[in-house]
Amino acid sequence: MRDVTYLRPRTLSEAVQLYRTTPGCRPLAGGTDLMVMLHARTLRPEPRGGAVLDLWSLAELKGVRRLGDILEVGAAEPYTGIIGSAEVQQHLPALAAAARTIGAAQIQNRGTLGGNLANASPAGDTLPVLLAYDVVVVTDRRSIPIDRFFTGYRKTALESDELITAVRFPIGRQVAFRKVGTRAAQAISKVVLAVSLTPARVAIGSVAEVPLRAHRAEAALEGGDVAGAIAAVADDIRPIDDVRSTAAYRRAVTQNVLRGLLDAFARG
Amino acid sequence: MFEVTQATEVYSTIEIAKGDVAAGEQAADFVVERTFRVGLQEQLYIEPQGAIAYPYRETGNGKRETGVTVVGSLQCPYYVHRALKRALALTDEQAVVIQAETGGGFGGKEEYPSIVAIHAALLACKAGWPVRLIYDRHEDLAATTKRHPGVISHRTAVKKDGTLLSQDIYIVLDGGAYCTLTPVVLSRAAIHAAGAYSCPNVRIRARAVATNTPPNGAFRGFGAPQSLFAAELMVEHVAERLGMSSVDLRRKWMLRVGDTTATGQNLTESVSAELVLDAALRAVAPNRLTAQPPIRHGRGLSLVFHGSGFTGSGERKLSGTVAVAGLANGTFQILTASTEIGQGTKTIFCQLAADALGVGLDKVVLAPQDTSLVPDSGPTVASRTAMIVGRLIQEAATELRDRAKREPLPLRVEKTYVQPDSIHWDEATYRGDAYPVYAWACTIADVDVDMTTGEVRVTDVVTAVDCGKALHPVMAEGQIEGGSLQAVGWATIEEIKMKDGGYQNDRLATYLIPTALDAPRIRTILVENPYSRGPFGAKGIGELPMDGPAPAIIAAIHDATGVWLDEVPATPEKVLAACTSR
Amino acid sequence: MHFTLNGRAVSFEGAGSRRLLDVLREDLRQTGTKEGCGEGECGACSVLIDGEVVNSCLVAAGQVEGCDVTTVEGLATNGGLSPLQRAFIERGAAQCGICTPGMLLAAHVLLQRTRRPNAAAVREALAGNLCRCTGYTKIIEAVLSCAT
Repeated sequence: MRDVTYLRPRTLSEAVQLYRTTPGCRPLAGGTDLMVMLHARTLRPEPRGGAVLDLWSLAELKGVRRLGDILEVGAAEPYTGIIGSAEVQQHLPALAAAARTIGAAQIQNRGTLGGNLANASPAGDTLPVLLAYDVVVVTDRRSIPIDRFFTGYRKTALESDELITAVRFPIGRQVAFRKVGTRAAQAISKVVLAVSLTPARVAIGSVAEVPLRAHRAEAALEGGDVAGAIAAVADDIRPIDDVRSTAAYRRAVTQNVLRGLLDAFARG
Repeated sequence: MFEVTQATEVYSTIEIAKGDVAAGEQAADFVVERTFRVGLQEQLYIEPQGAIAYPYRETGNGKRETGVTVVGSLQCPYYVHRALKRALALTDEQAVVIQAETGGGFGGKEEYPSIVAIHAALLACKAGWPVRLIYDRHEDLAATTKRHPGVISHRTAVKKDGTLLSQDIYIVLDGGAYCTLTPVVLSRAAIHAAGAYSCPNVRIRARAVATNTPPNGAFRGFGAPQSLFAAELMVEHVAERLGMSSVDLRRKWMLRVGDTTATGQNLTESVSAELVLDAALRAVAPNRLTAQPPIRHGRGLSLVFHGSGFTGSGERKLSGTVAVAGLANGTFQILTASTEIGQGTKTIFCQLAADALGVGLDKVVLAPQDTSLVPDSGPTVASRTAMIVGRLIQEAATELRDRAKREPLPLRVEKTYVQPDSIHWDEATYRGDAYPVYAWACTIADVDVDMTTGEVRVTDVVTAVDCGKALHPVMAEGQIEGGSLQAVGWATIEEIKMKDGGYQNDRLATYLIPTALDAPRIRTILVENPYSRGPFGAKGIGELPMDGPAPAIIAAIHDATGVWLDEVPATPEKVLAACTSR
Repeated sequence: MHFTLNGRAVSFEGAGSRRLLDVLREDLRQTGTKEGCGEGECGACSVLIDGEVVNSCLVAAGQVEGCDVTTVEGLATNGGLSPLQRAFIERGAAQCGICTPGMLLAAHVLLQRTRRPNAAAVREALAGNLCRCTGYTKIIEAVLSCAT
């Protein structure tokens, strides 16, 4: 990593400028994914080791702000800040719940929504929650609705020189969340779900090449057909066997957990 | 060849025979058959393998002479010493091995460090400079030896009243592509395979086979956890068939003083199956009966024994040696190659020596584990350090104290292990005293099973243990607690999936061990039933806690769900599939 | 680049993209911080940055410019062990010791913020620090014994 150039902009506009003009540059926030990849050399930025663009300390990317009926979370706000935010606890409890399942204290102190989005892992713990809330991803140049953000396995709608600056959540939606992992902390999910009834949203991670909206299940839910939604979700997902779980398990658990979350909604 | 049951290359075989199994089965009301599977497990010491090699040895005053010095994270300095001598054609003096503070071992640093040391030494000799070779976690997970997976089948013949007539046991362990300590692991697995029970007719056939997978090797328990897992679950299956409580069946079968084991060893002292069973049962509250769906509670129990020290003639062949030296300044030094790897060697050795010498603990120090300074006390393995080496230190210190009354310091007393005449072992027939003595444990595990996800949460583990005498109760508890959690991990979440003969779980993000949030409440009850030849009655304790939790957890999962898994790890995938297909 | 390490101003040369862990161990010779995995899973390399516990293998050294970094070497004051360190020794919370520096720092943060944590809070606070020796039992006991 000695050959990776370290760039530390002082302002967002400087960061945007540097990102546009530095070939092979990778944005760096808390480093929980990028530092692992750079050290293990599973990522080798070009040319000549490339560069990292440190966004961690940019004030413009931090904090949780109320903008009318929107809650805006800075792209580089760590999960600890999200969990501790009174606004998040009050309005977005599912986001706080998801953040609490990420890694443990060390990771929560460094991991960010911007990083989770840009990394676009199908197993990203917050991503189903973002889908269920219909968030808007704000970048240096535009707003991207979350349902158009994930375009393929670890691929996003971001342009090569586009930086995520914030995530905007609508207030007033009831979202339920559950992650099934191998252990109680420090686990990547086998299945992760976020569900809302009004509007009907069923968002699932680790069951396809992207974090997924289960549109068939949502259509059934829209019509008040809970049993139909649970049956239909099996056709929405495309799980695989991998190191963490099996397709069969993910299929069964997606249905079981969806049933559990919907039952909980019904019980109020 | 990846499938252990189909492998035809055989590393070693063992057959243990007692009585006549066919006759036992003929007299039986029931013969119960069952096959069990156990998975790979990584030791996962938190400090990866590593060594520094110097292309010379220092002989005082900074003088350098021909030779090689290796400083490393390791359990057995003299194993590495022997490997270096052979690989680099060095003499005893030319090879120097020094143990660095070692961040955990669990068997994983018994033999593997020899490879790391040789590689580092070769590079150092070529470069003419010191070479530091430290595995990163991925390299360590991908390359180092794991616990042997295997398949174990039992046929058990009983009468209607539960009388045990015969046990016919077949063990296959997967040694991987190269032979490590596999034959020795197989030996311990075979000897423990009948469990802590008395049976007139026993046949145990065991073999270790080669597959095209990375080699498997030493890991805390050394084969016994594998075979005891099967033995303990077999008690459950037989009890179910008889419609008896498995606790009552254990009480009927368990070894008592005067009984003989599968190898024909007559147990004469420190036999504590009943003691630990009673102590564990007394220690737990009645099982909770209700749980909020989709969670179900369950409770399971196991009863195990574990041979202390090397198998059979191992200790006699090894002839471990220690020395205790009284220095001119009135302090004392213990010279031993037994290492501290977190289990408390430094503390208990100093306790034993200080007590025997009649001096304060501050007057006794352990010499560095440096092969140029200390004699070969044998490897730090096999639950032998406190019992065998500790006893030698006690004897040496006692003799030193007597001599110091008559002779001036400095003085040095050496002691070498001598096998008592009462221990008889026939390597050819596998008959006789397999171990000097056994330690005993009864484990009760409570689990919560989520019926919608198959997730198993082990909430409580209570273990009653007889280790003869707990020389340092806090550290003894620490061994039980740590070993228990390692066993909980093996039983539940520690899974290695294979692809083309390699491990898929070769990073710490994919090979998962329990965190503080996953760990059950662990309670230890120390029951002391002294052994006449152990220091203050102490027997081995290091490996014992690895044996009991896995079968207790599988029994608890059955109690919760009605489903028998007969294999570890009981991953959520397997639990859910079993519950669904029921 | 400059930062404060255990109350002392320090500086290092070289790329800011290097791991803080390597700068601490190799450049500054503070070897109390351990490397167990290099991928943010084990917590052995835990340090505090401005009072927050982080894995130093995941921090680019440039990111601590101007920050206060605390390593295990900073826990003992005036040459004396902290009450938490003493509790670890007395209660058998350290066996092989490799996880202990990170474990101490994670527990230290908890005790600074929560005067009387319960066992569940201790488990959660330590969930990012793997231990393979103790089963965590005595570690949890040691931390609870320091509640004031």
